[in-house]
Amino acid sequence: MGDYTAEELQSIFIMQGFSGLSLFSVLLLMGLGLALIFGQMGVINMAHGEFMALGAYTVYLCSNITEQFFPAFTPYYFVITILVAFVVCGLLGAFVEWLLIRHLYHRPLDTLLATWGLSLILQQTYRSIFGAREVSPRLPDWLMGSFTYGDVDIPINGVFVLGLSVIVTGSLVYFIYKSRFGLKLRSTVQNRSMSGAVGINTVKVDRLAFALGCGIAGIAGAAFTTIGSTGPDSGSRYIVDAFLVVVSGGAASLLGTVGSAFGIAQAQSILEFFLEGTKGKVATLLVIVVVLMIRPQGLFPSKVRSH
Amino acid sequence: MMMVLSMAGLLAGPPTEEVNTTGLAVTDDTVTVGQLHSATGTMAISETGSIQAEQLAIDQINAMGGVLGRQIEVIKEDGASDWPTFAEKAKKLLVSDKVGTVFGCWTSASRKAVLPVFEKENGMLYYPTFYEGLEQSKNVIYTGQEATQQIIAGLDWIAEEKDAKTFYLIGSDYIWPRTSNKIARKHIENVLGGKVVGEEYYALGHTQFGSLINKIKLKKPDVIYAIVVGGSNVSFYKQLKAAGITSEKQTLLTISVTEDEVLGIGGENLVGFYSAMKYFQSLDNENNKAFVAAFKEKYGEDAVIGDVTQAAYLGPWLWKAAVEKAGSFDIDKIAEVSPDIELTTAPEGYVKIHPNHHLWSKLRIGQWGEDGQAEVLYESELIEPDPFPEGYQ
Repeated sequence: MGDYTAEELQSIFIMQGFSGLSLFSVLLLMGLGLALIFGQMGVINMAHGEFMALGAYTVYLCSNITEQFFPAFTPYYFVITILVAFVVCGLLGAFVEWLLIRHLYHRPLDTLLATWGLSLILQQTYRSIFGAREVSPRLPDWLMGSFTYGDVDIPINGVFVLGLSVIVTGSLVYFIYKSRFGLKLRSTVQNRSMSGAVGINTVKVDRLAFALGCGIAGIAGAAFTTIGSTGPDSGSRYIVDAFLVVVSGGAASLLGTVGSAFGIAQAQSILEFFLEGTKGKVATLLVIVVVLMIRPQGLFPSKVRSH
Repeated sequence: MMMVLSMAGLLAGPPTEEVNTTGLAVTDDTVTVGQLHSATGTMAISETGSIQAEQLAIDQINAMGGVLGRQIEVIKEDGASDWPTFAEKAKKLLVSDKVGTVFGCWTSASRKAVLPVFEKENGMLYYPTFYEGLEQSKNVIYTGQEATQQIIAGLDWIAEEKDAKTFYLIGSDYIWPRTSNKIARKHIENVLGGKVVGEEYYALGHTQFGSLINKIKLKKPDVIYAIVVGGSNVSFYKQLKAAGITSEKQTLLTISVTEDEVLGIGGENLVGFYSAMKYFQSLDNENNKAFVAAFKEKYGEDAVIGDVTQAAYLGPWLWKAAVEKAGSFDIDKIAEVSPDIELTTAPEGYVKIHPNHHLWSKLRIGQWGEDGQAEVLYESELIEPDPFPEGYQ
């Protein structure tokens, strides 16, 4: 890169660093809800991507409603909509748990099949309601620009998603490791019958945990409307990356999810810069394959005794 | 009663045994054709417009009295975005339903999958999408542009208009963008004397373009030449805008964004960028105004019409013209008379079928506005289709 000045290279270096961080936050948001459900409950939720798509569609609907009925509210609606997406997806998650998942807790492979079926149903539902075309909500203008310092442009939507993922991760960690409910959840994961015996309502714990995981998927989907569009099949695109993050991180550990999201994001971002797009992705996947060959339990396997 | 019968006899076309010597699904008052697109799956996004346009053309032809006195009936099959399914359904249409003529396909992959079926069973496919070229068949009429028609005139225009010397080529990773960029690179290097400073491809569905955008910023090309498709499109343009790469600072020319894509991307993310297409919904001529009005009346005020949708609309009309010229529904006769068939009523203006079964057509450059419509800035002469361009392979 001999033709470039030191300043140019420096600003590219900063922007490239940020682009890695931005990818990290996206992968982290994708993986978190899945890690909670897969890692803590042992349920393989193949419909995770569809919950993200539901979050995104929620934003799309809210954006249309806002534009039509409360145009003055347009600059602010987005933040509130994220909460709406969380609630909507959480409620659907609770319903799905009641209808489907609770009957399958001792049959993890059947949860895979059941949730895959659910994902097909949801995809077709989206197609019937929203049509086959991809949609994207009209975003508030303040989200679309960039912070500029000299040659350096830092996209605001990237900062927003990064901030959001930090908040969500922080809250989730607090929730699981510090709150009363988290205590019940961890105890249920470790020993269900014993937890029941000491008076924990494990049925309620399961339902809340599943709903929470789905709600986080909804937040992720809502956040992704700032970077991409949403179609009925978007979920199936998300799910691959989400599983990649969770599995290579070590399924049962939130720390692992954070670590592997960071590792994969940086690897992909750097490799894409020096190689070209497709080759970068191939190289990233090769790195993951090697990591999983050396550490089949993932980067940060849980130290909890398996049940 | 006798009067009525003889009137009907007068109105009806020539006897069936004359116009159908190969056992196609033609009766004394109907002719059946096939329609084969993806109504479900990932390509449904794009193919819905083609399905609608073909149906509109067929309805209009029927309202005018049909073809050779016969009303057109349609058997619709769903390729479901799955190429083996396309081949299977094509076979069903041609062999079991005996339709002969089919309007359909969108991606090159689906066309390549059905091509052997059409050649073996001797059917006729009207294919609407602009594509990479390198193909010609007696059994296909290509109503969209092949690559050289779409690429060369567009590059010439941008090179002259913007005094562009350096180009960054970007595409989704499959045959059409790769072949098209190959042609673009040859033209830029050998004819325009410019330089390609980057060429890269991203998997379909890729949503993170941060690294690419940084490379663009580093290399500062005069023109970004983009052939990104599907959902990636939206991420690509949103992230360009977020990174401060807007039309005020950067020229961008694409051959993969039509009004349909803009619906998903959002006009506000594209303002000022250019598309090279043969058709834009905003074209100002009488044919197009009537077409747009009819389309909106049938499919709603919010419906948009992209390049491929218009090309799909041409299919039934070109078929009607061929059948009437041949005086027969037989595929061999349609294929034989198709060259030099003209259409003066096309929304895009005058088109003519070339002996190589592609269309003579014009290229236009449109500049996108906030409302998702393009302003047409340039219109070429009629360009001869050249699916096997020499010096560009």
